[in-house]
Amino acid sequence: MSQFLQVVLSGLSTGSIYALAAVGFALVWQAAQTVNFAQGEFVMLPAFFALVAIHWFGWPLWAGFAFAMLASLAILGLAFKGLVVQPMMPDGGLPLVIATMAVSILLKESVKTFYGAEAQPFPSPLPDGTLQIGGAVISIRDLFDLLASLAVVGGLTLFLDRTRTGRQMQAAAQSPAVAEILGVDVARMTLYAFLVNAALAAFASFLVSPTYLAKFSNGESLGLVAFIAAIVGGFNRIRGALVGGLLVGVLDNLVATYVTQEYRAALPLVLLIAVILWRPQGLLGDAEGRTV
Amino acid sequence: MSRRNFLTAAAFAVAAIGLGGAARAADVVKLPCVCELSGAGAVSGTNYRDGAHIAVDEINAAGGILGKKIEMTDYDTQTDPMTSRALIQKVIDDGAYVIIGTVYSGSTAVNMLVAQKAGVPQFTGAEAPDITAKGNPYIFRTSSGAEKGVPALTAYFKDTVKAKKIAISWVNNDFGKGGHDVFLSEMKKAGIQVVADVPSEQGQVDFSADVSKIKQAGADAVFVYLNEEESARILKEAVKQGLKIPMVGEVTLTGQKVIDLAGGAAEGALAHVGLATSAPVPSIQAFAANFKKIYKRDTDHNGIKGYIAVWATKYVTEMIGKFDRKAFADKMHGLTLDVAKYPHMLLTTSWDKTGELSRESFMTEVKGGKQVITGTVPAN
Amino acid sequence: MSSRRPLALIVAAVLLAVLLILPVGHGSYFIYLLCSWLMFTIAAMGLNLTLGYAGRISLAQASFMGVGAYTTAILTLHGWPWLAAAPVGVLLCFVVGLLLGFPALRVRGHFLAFVTLAFNTLFFLVARNEDWLTGGSYGLSDIPRPRIGPISADGQLAFYYFTLAVSALAILALWGIVRSPWGRAFKALRENEVRAESLGLDTRRITLLAFAIGSAFGGLAGAIEAPLVQYIEPNSFAVGESLKVLLMVVVGGLGDFWGPALGAAMVVLLPEALRGTRYYLIVYALFVIALMVLKPTGLMGIGKTFLARLAKSRAAAATEAKP
Repeated sequence: MSQFLQVVLSGLSTGSIYALAAVGFALVWQAAQTVNFAQGEFVMLPAFFALVAIHWFGWPLWAGFAFAMLASLAILGLAFKGLVVQPMMPDGGLPLVIATMAVSILLKESVKTFYGAEAQPFPSPLPDGTLQIGGAVISIRDLFDLLASLAVVGGLTLFLDRTRTGRQMQAAAQSPAVAEILGVDVARMTLYAFLVNAALAAFASFLVSPTYLAKFSNGESLGLVAFIAAIVGGFNRIRGALVGGLLVGVLDNLVATYVTQEYRAALPLVLLIAVILWRPQGLLGDAEGRTV
Repeated sequence: MSRRNFLTAAAFAVAAIGLGGAARAADVVKLPCVCELSGAGAVSGTNYRDGAHIAVDEINAAGGILGKKIEMTDYDTQTDPMTSRALIQKVIDDGAYVIIGTVYSGSTAVNMLVAQKAGVPQFTGAEAPDITAKGNPYIFRTSSGAEKGVPALTAYFKDTVKAKKIAISWVNNDFGKGGHDVFLSEMKKAGIQVVADVPSEQGQVDFSADVSKIKQAGADAVFVYLNEEESARILKEAVKQGLKIPMVGEVTLTGQKVIDLAGGAAEGALAHVGLATSAPVPSIQAFAANFKKIYKRDTDHNGIKGYIAVWATKYVTEMIGKFDRKAFADKMHGLTLDVAKYPHMLLTTSWDKTGELSRESFMTEVKGGKQVITGTVPAN
Repeated sequence: MSSRRPLALIVAAVLLAVLLILPVGHGSYFIYLLCSWLMFTIAAMGLNLTLGYAGRISLAQASFMGVGAYTTAILTLHGWPWLAAAPVGVLLCFVVGLLLGFPALRVRGHFLAFVTLAFNTLFFLVARNEDWLTGGSYGLSDIPRPRIGPISADGQLAFYYFTLAVSALAILALWGIVRSPWGRAFKALRENEVRAESLGLDTRRITLLAFAIGSAFGGLAGAIEAPLVQYIEPNSFAVGESLKVLLMVVVGGLGDFWGPALGAAMVVLLPEALRGTRYYLIVYALFVIALMVLKPTGLMGIGKTFLARLAKSRAAAATEAKP
């Protein structure tokens, strides 16, 4: 029983990181029909921005995080939207998919060439301790990851549902033409989606890197998991992506513990196929949302 | 439309094919470095290459090999066996004397067939057992294969830990599987029961299931056969879950990189290390310091492997007195390079008839955030 | 159109002649590159049929190359001749492709992309974990090269001509398919499904066929890869390889018959051209991004625009000269 609790708790914590990546992915997908194959790299990169500030410029921790957040907003938000996605709108289609794949190669190779190929330790402002919960052990960082992700996704949901800007963002994503007529600045709302995605990616990066280290290739598996989480949960609802992320994190651990290690990666994929074929709006999604 | 398509396609095809290679003949000897400079093997490959280049610079500064300067060109296999095969083919076409690389076993297993066919000696960094088990007379290791390294640990498990039940955590690729298979047969011979056999994915981040399985199985010790960052992750997770049995590895587990990555969690980890940059040998420590001075970073044992590959090429070529690939390979078999006479080998090194290497190795432990040598295992 | 066909044939013949003499005098590395270019061309042309002509995306082409390669490898290692083993692999791909086509009846676009991507990853897991069949992560080695009667394709040059012959036949077959009623049905499916249906086309059957045939070409490419590399392992057929084939199709020119050949040439040869620069993958990525942003129709698109401009300026010059 304590083993069960242990792997579920750990899975929730890992899943919360997946959820952050998945939420951003879903936002960008909705806002600009962009399936971002570089999403995993978007989570990998901000940690290196912080490392550059801390180790190369000799800045303190908080300044490093602030710098990384700003750099992410500028490069993963503004530049990605302005230089890659915008010129290919409104109907990016496959060339846009290919372009995001190339972006993923570019980010990986740049980090490897200009910072290093080896995994790097990453500082955390949080203490190292652990807590006992009914026979299972959870580290303070894991617990913080989980709560912080829940808070961020909760806050984001409130923002999208309760604020004027948030509602405009949703309207712009669901039917840009109608939104335009109603006086919504669709281009600006789309930009916001990209900025929110960049901020979420940076935040996920700060949370994940102290435990899982910073490495140029970290995005490879993370990106795929983010897709799966977003689709399984339901990409047109933010909380869908959250649930998807947590579900994938927990299932992965349960399968590895009780069923098979060799095929632990298979279950999320099977789930993905099943959801797409029989419930394409996702477990928590609404059927009315825009289908892609 | 068809005509235009044809014309464009034809024009592009012809243009693309114009990228032939330029030949050049000079008084140089070609030692191409074919390595994993990108992809999953980038860390190992880059260190291997950089170590090799230090040797090339030293040798060229001292007059080269038999009066010829070494020309070393780098080729990136992208950690892809198919590309590595093509590149080995290319460097042979270009007149390679001896090939330095590749490091990954999966690539080496395929590209060494090409070098064998062409009769070009090859120094690999691969450690999988099957590399030297195929009767290829042109392949030579630069570190012992897993079939030599893992058995060195058997005595430790049997006599020091007195383990009855043991667990293994391994990375599920060709590297991990090589170690895993040798380990299982060793434990069977030693009469130790393997109670948890836990494979993990390359790049896996969450090791909670792995550690909880090992904990549940009640093992007396666990053998960890993972790459650096996965090693660090499992060490951290083991501390978190309070797994209090010896964590024992082969080569990587007590390396400086793992210590840096795992922080305090690496404390007490043990490993058998064929070549350690922290080995209590002045020449190895001097090399490690020199590497750091040149490249502004630390190397793992792959840097040393690349370095001795190039120096061995010089020593052996000057022994036979000519650039003869066949004679070179023949000379290598059963050869021992004594460090007293050949100082740049760093440690006395022997190759047997299969190209397998043996030399003194070390038992290490992480103490106070440093890799400490706790014992020496004689060459076998 | 028909008046142009003889010319097309002439150009094809010239191209074939160029490919016949090309390797002469070159080292085996160059010949090896040509072989792998031909192999990827077949795989990419197959995907182009599914994606470019019929408009149904598949991110699983590498898994079909895998099915073809493993089938060919296992059978030839058991003493089957290549000529018997390869068709089995291709047929198997046709059947599996047909099955993978079923999701395409339900979902489109990005969703279909993810289903096929998931399929490819599942294939990788099976290839890695089922040691008894596939050799697991050690892979299968010492795969024999084909031997047809007394002729052995063991040497590098002989194998190149073998690959060239197989590729030429495959491309010819594809040319026929594209021009057949099926080919027209594929295009109708891409342009407007509802209209295609109203014209009496069985869109279900056509969709499945597009998948099956495209996959079969992937299988053929795999059947060539096995004896080319003489070693196969699961990583050669992972999702990354599928993305590479997709890149070839889109960079070459989506839905253009010769586009994949061009795209494959770029992906196979460009790293070679850029070698020596430490930043070649970065340069490569930037090039692809720039190409996609500035010219989404790919390399064939650039070529066509260029030729069109040339023709236009020539026409302009002619009208100017007239009065």
